[in-house]
Amino acid sequence: MTGELLLELLTEEIPARMQRRAIDDLTSLIADKLKAADIPTATIEGQVTPRRLVVIADGIPARQPDRSEERRGPRVGAPEAAINGFLRSAGLASTKELETRGEFHFAVINRPGRATAEVLPELILAAMTALPWPKSMRYPASPLRWVRPLNSVVCLLDGEVINLALGEVPVGRVTRGHRFLAPGEITVENAADYRAKLAHAHVVLDRAERRATIDEGLTALAHAAGLEVKADEGLLEEVTGLVECPVVLMGNIDADFVRPLPEGLPPEVLATAMRTHQKYFTCLNPDGTPAPRFLFVANNVTPDRGETIAAGNERVLRARLSDARFFWDQDRKVRLEGRVEALKQRVYHEKLGSVYERTGRVERLAEAISQRVPGADLEHVRRAVRLAKADLSSGMVGEFPELQGVMGRYYALYGDQKEAPQVAEAIGEQYKPLGPGDTCPTTPEGTVLAIADKLDALVSFFVIDEKPTGSRDPFALRRAALGIVRIILENKLRFGLRSALEAAASSYLNSERVPDEVLDFIAERLKVHLRDQGVRHDLASAVFSQVEDRGLARITKIEDNLVRLLARVAALQAFLDTDDGANLLTAYRRAANIVAIEERKDGKRYHDAEYQEMPGEPVEGSLSKVLAQVRLRVEELVAEQKFEDAMAALATLRKPVDEFFDRVTVNVDDKQLRENRLRLLARIRATMNQIADFSQVEG
Amino acid sequence: MPQTNKPAGFQGLILELQRYWAAQGCVILQPLDLEVGAGTFHPATTLRALGPTPWKAAYVQPSRRPTDGRYGDNPNRLQHYYQLQVILKPAPANSQQLYLDSLAAIGIDAARHDIRFVEDDWESPTLGAWGLGWEVWLDGMEVSQFTYFQQVGGIECDPVSTELTYGLERLAMYVQGVESIYDLNFNGVDGTGRISYGDVFLRAEREYSAYNFERADTDLLFRHFVEAENECKALLSLGDATTNAPPLPLPAYDQALKSSHIFNLLDARGVISVTERAAYIGRVRALAKACCEAWLAGSGSNR
Repeated sequence: MTGELLLELLTEEIPARMQRRAIDDLTSLIADKLKAADIPTATIEGQVTPRRLVVIADGIPARQPDRSEERRGPRVGAPEAAINGFLRSAGLASTKELETRGEFHFAVINRPGRATAEVLPELILAAMTALPWPKSMRYPASPLRWVRPLNSVVCLLDGEVINLALGEVPVGRVTRGHRFLAPGEITVENAADYRAKLAHAHVVLDRAERRATIDEGLTALAHAAGLEVKADEGLLEEVTGLVECPVVLMGNIDADFVRPLPEGLPPEVLATAMRTHQKYFTCLNPDGTPAPRFLFVANNVTPDRGETIAAGNERVLRARLSDARFFWDQDRKVRLEGRVEALKQRVYHEKLGSVYERTGRVERLAEAISQRVPGADLEHVRRAVRLAKADLSSGMVGEFPELQGVMGRYYALYGDQKEAPQVAEAIGEQYKPLGPGDTCPTTPEGTVLAIADKLDALVSFFVIDEKPTGSRDPFALRRAALGIVRIILENKLRFGLRSALEAAASSYLNSERVPDEVLDFIAERLKVHLRDQGVRHDLASAVFSQVEDRGLARITKIEDNLVRLLARVAALQAFLDTDDGANLLTAYRRAANIVAIEERKDGKRYHDAEYQEMPGEPVEGSLSKVLAQVRLRVEELVAEQKFEDAMAALATLRKPVDEFFDRVTVNVDDKQLRENRLRLLARIRATMNQIADFSQVEG
Repeated sequence: MPQTNKPAGFQGLILELQRYWAAQGCVILQPLDLEVGAGTFHPATTLRALGPTPWKAAYVQPSRRPTDGRYGDNPNRLQHYYQLQVILKPAPANSQQLYLDSLAAIGIDAARHDIRFVEDDWESPTLGAWGLGWEVWLDGMEVSQFTYFQQVGGIECDPVSTELTYGLERLAMYVQGVESIYDLNFNGVDGTGRISYGDVFLRAEREYSAYNFERADTDLLFRHFVEAENECKALLSLGDATTNAPPLPLPAYDQALKSSHIFNLLDARGVISVTERAAYIGRVRALAKACCEAWLAGSGSNR
């Protein structure tokens, strides 16, 4: 134990979701500040429990090294006031202590290193002050804002107390163990002593150890009952942050609730009541159906081995599920159709009218999209759109809003009026995918509905100028855009987004600009999505937005068919990986550069359309012929979506282009010849741009 | 379930908690004689949480949540129930322990249960108030709300107070081991003299549910809302330059509370749209804020 720092901040229960970030931040803040103060550490580690942030460092020297600093002062012969000011600021008494080199005075300031024990208090307080809690509060005992009141602090350097100015919060060597199992004061001497005494006081300090204990306990209890635990990493993370002494327990669910539908409750209802509200783990039968058991993690060891605790939790769940059962039974008595009228009273958004009005817009859009989704039955789509939002006024969705759509599906299947299964599935899939971890719709009707719902949402909020800014995205439009991208790509749907967006925008006044804006917005999400999939973003950009020379006009063409876009990107990537491709890219850049430079110089543009056959070098003529052929060929192949063949056609340009650059000088004195050659170069660019904007290719 | 000193009936539990908090030096108040949604609305909390003067109080507050009515059919939900409210200003350093000791006082021995402080930040848009804290779980059941007040009426609380709110019926259900609120033993007497919670309140739940959801005259309520709002402003001498009468924040606050409850009734009647909702809440908040400011301007104490 040499140079050991032990810091424990005992705090009233820290929200589970903040713990990891907080200890990582605190540890690195302290590490950085130590480094900045020239105090090295051999090791530094952080530990966190619901009540403690702990930092333990080792190998800290007793003092900072001495530091010497040279500072330049006024010129020799500067006014006396300036020199005196400099002396004061440097802490020197007379000019004799200054060095003079050349025209300037210099002061050498020697700062003796301070004792680490002296530096630490301000350093630790600065780290605590800088710790960025997502939400913090004031409390009477200390001026320091903290996530919840700070109860006490242990701060020891080599076993000696380092005092911190924290108001009335006691700072020293005293802590407490588990809130109920070892509530008394514990005096600690050093880190090893701290760890040992805390372990004895029923606190599992190490987060990973707590997590593993829970994980193993869940599996063991489930297996003992012949069941499996439904894996749930997020919940496991959360409960690890809710206990210092994890005890896994099992409870029973009344068999009535887990019977087959409609007598039992839908599995999603069980899961929501259990997971979201009670933080319970679901148990599954060997066949994967929900079992009438649940698992949970308590934070106490009781004389009756958790019997009272399990019984209490069973009662709570019974009450919650009884509530849910009440809604399930009541809701099914009302036809979904009968709930549609109520949507007129439900405001979607102040500026966008009621949910009912929105349904009409989504219906028109869904009809258009149906034609692009193979197998989608128009009548089923219409019916699904009409009933899609009806579950919003059901008791169950009122109680568990996250079950919207899911309940609509169940009420369509098990309600008073049975709907076709395709309609029910479409209603159930309309909000999918709900996030990166969620799957896309799988049925054709669900696919139509999910796309139409998201497109309308995007367009409508862009119409009223409610676009996401920075981290603010209250209407989850980024998720909607990414959802559209994923649905289209995963289902390989061949349709142009632009016309779909125009169809969506046609429901709104003053929306001319919106399709372009939304298309750009979706393109951004697409690039992020493709990057995550390992697709080069420069290639995606090169294919997405191409500048095309059409006669005298240059127009920007957007590739809005995402499936086609991906095929083009793949073909482009493969082409660039070949020798021909790499070589041609170089030639393209050379051609484009020369044209761009000369255009700037001459203050005019060179259009490839104006190129004329004229006597010159023979290679010039043959290049122009090949270009004309390739151009036509590429146009045909792109239209047929044969992108690999189009690339192969481009590859035939390599030889004539290389020969052209080898033998022909572009910038000749003959003005006419020079300009014509520049137009030929522009033609190389235009021909290749038919496939992708090669100027956006990097590397 | 083994209990050490199980209180006699629902009322016994209330009496024990009051005795406990009285022993901690709290003023034991009686409920506010107005319809409110929670114990927080009592001026003993809202107004007394402001300003520097120390204050400790505990009281039961009948709480009305018109939209929670279930005609007496739901064993866990009522449109009228009791909260026990404790306000400790400034927040004692041992607030959590004081709370746990209060559970021990009603026979809940922490060593035998799983008591947890689970993140739940409290916010009241109508009072312009917020704080950080937890919901307290007793073997998985939320039995209390624990909040360190940061702001009330849009004004920073200095010093910060501890606010504890006990859900009395839930706690009593747990202690008595019953599955329905209506089965709670109210008076702690067994046999013929036993009075249940249902004996006291079931009929009221049915009648008030019908009133809240079906019968309340919405035109009348809309009118009352405006009247209460105007009266509140008048009592604060707002918007009337011709009078020099001093503001009366306490009577004005009554009117703010009335407007709040009338809004809740209108909400239960389903006549306030989602958009209007925010506007109404904003109007009530403006009144509450003005009352809080006037209260503080008048020294923030009762003297």
